[in-house]
Amino acid sequence: MLILDSNKISENEVTDRAVYDNRRKFMKTAAGIGIVAVSGLPLGQAQAKSNYSTEEKKTDFKDISTYCNFYEFGTGKSDPAQNAHSLMTSPWDVVVEGECANPGKYNLEDIIKQVSLEERIYRFRCVEGWSMVIPWMGFPLAELIKRMEPTSKAKYVYFETLLDRKNMPGVARPVLDWPYAEGLRMDEAMNPLTLMGTGIYGKDLLNQNGAPLRLVVPWKYGFKSIKSIVKIRFTETQPSTSWQKANKNEYGFYSNVNPEVSHPRWSQRRERRIGQFKKIKTQKFNGYAEQVASMYSEMDLKKFF
Amino acid sequence: MKIPEMIFNRVFRPILFVLLVLPALYYAWGFWQDNLGANPLEAIIRGLGDWALRILLLTLLISPLRRLLNWTQLLRMRRMLGLYAYFYVVLHLIGYLWFDQFFDWSEIWFDILERPFITVGMISVVLLTPLAITSTKGFIRRLGKRWKRLHTLIYPISMLAVLHFWWMAKLDKSEPLIYAVLLSILLAERLFRKYVK
Repeated sequence: MLILDSNKISENEVTDRAVYDNRRKFMKTAAGIGIVAVSGLPLGQAQAKSNYSTEEKKTDFKDISTYCNFYEFGTGKSDPAQNAHSLMTSPWDVVVEGECANPGKYNLEDIIKQVSLEERIYRFRCVEGWSMVIPWMGFPLAELIKRMEPTSKAKYVYFETLLDRKNMPGVARPVLDWPYAEGLRMDEAMNPLTLMGTGIYGKDLLNQNGAPLRLVVPWKYGFKSIKSIVKIRFTETQPSTSWQKANKNEYGFYSNVNPEVSHPRWSQRRERRIGQFKKIKTQKFNGYAEQVASMYSEMDLKKFF
Repeated sequence: MKIPEMIFNRVFRPILFVLLVLPALYYAWGFWQDNLGANPLEAIIRGLGDWALRILLLTLLISPLRRLLNWTQLLRMRRMLGLYAYFYVVLHLIGYLWFDQFFDWSEIWFDILERPFITVGMISVVLLTPLAITSTKGFIRRLGKRWKRLHTLIYPISMLAVLHFWWMAKLDKSEPLIYAVLLSILLAERLFRKYVK
């Protein structure tokens, strides 16, 4: 119990790297001898190490939390970290609607209670040509979807970000068609890699990273991983997304990471891993081909980019 | 308007010279101290580009300002400004070739062909180079009337430079728009003088 208590304390601290790595080491051991870790923090808590996690060097928390795209709080990379404190994340409800047996308004705490949170260390590739390695906390989106019991008509899942004109200074300008909207095909949404993120580095998500609930789709460009979700809708037809509406020639519905499909603004052949000097080669599906390539085997990915 | 020659040469010009080198020092220092944010290399490339464009517009401001204030001494600062603009353009280019492409020439060639904003950026640096080379007193004398004609290239170059920024911006065009408006004013003043007056 003593060990568990100290773990709990380190969870509650601002997790610096040493503490964090230490904690992870402990988690591995704990899992190995069959102890179920108990923690006071619901959202950021991980219970087991996932097989889907990468062993690559994690990006510094400082960089993850200061270099963000969250246009609702400004279009500059540092704007969200400066402005997102005004986001009200509690209480938080998610409205579920469309082609499913259990539509309604779900409180986030109730959602969290019924899922098992786990840590997933994923590569994160932005369409702008930079990437990070982020230790997310969260649960598979599939768990949530199963609970909503989508009907046979549900072919796509549509997501919407909060639109709060009072607390989101960025939405005063129509740079995107607010509210921010994204979507996945049902098989993509049900893929075991697809995560609903609730934390980073063992802590609750910071507002600028999309608190309290965001999507994480590691084989797609970052803008698909919609932040601060308030609405989920099951649809029969492909939903249109904010970036498609902004420029459909540059941002497709699928937006799978693909070094072979170049973008008028950025070559997608390489990426800058934040924290490293030299660029690295971009992998198809961001290195997750093994888990996801079969979903697209029939498709011309140059056409359906 | 006229400031005493001594002050103009010994104080005014040296101060301007020092001021214009500060942005380059800021990025060098910031890189050294690692306080340029999570993506310092991009911050350097973009920052140098910003300053190249700003100083280019300042260069274009000299003539109208001279006429407005009837201050002929200003013309003797124009070469320094123009060369500083070129200095930042070259640093911006080196930043791109090094920190963005790591001198991978085939990638750079693809980039020029594939990305319109890179294409116009490259065209403007190529066009700006002969202007920088011919900025010496000797060239001005030797080229005579042709010098003036050659240096009107600065107008299309500045338009390409703003276009380069405009096409680079992902979605939010507000910053390039500011430069576009400022440049339009500077160019419109010249057209107005040429055709209306």
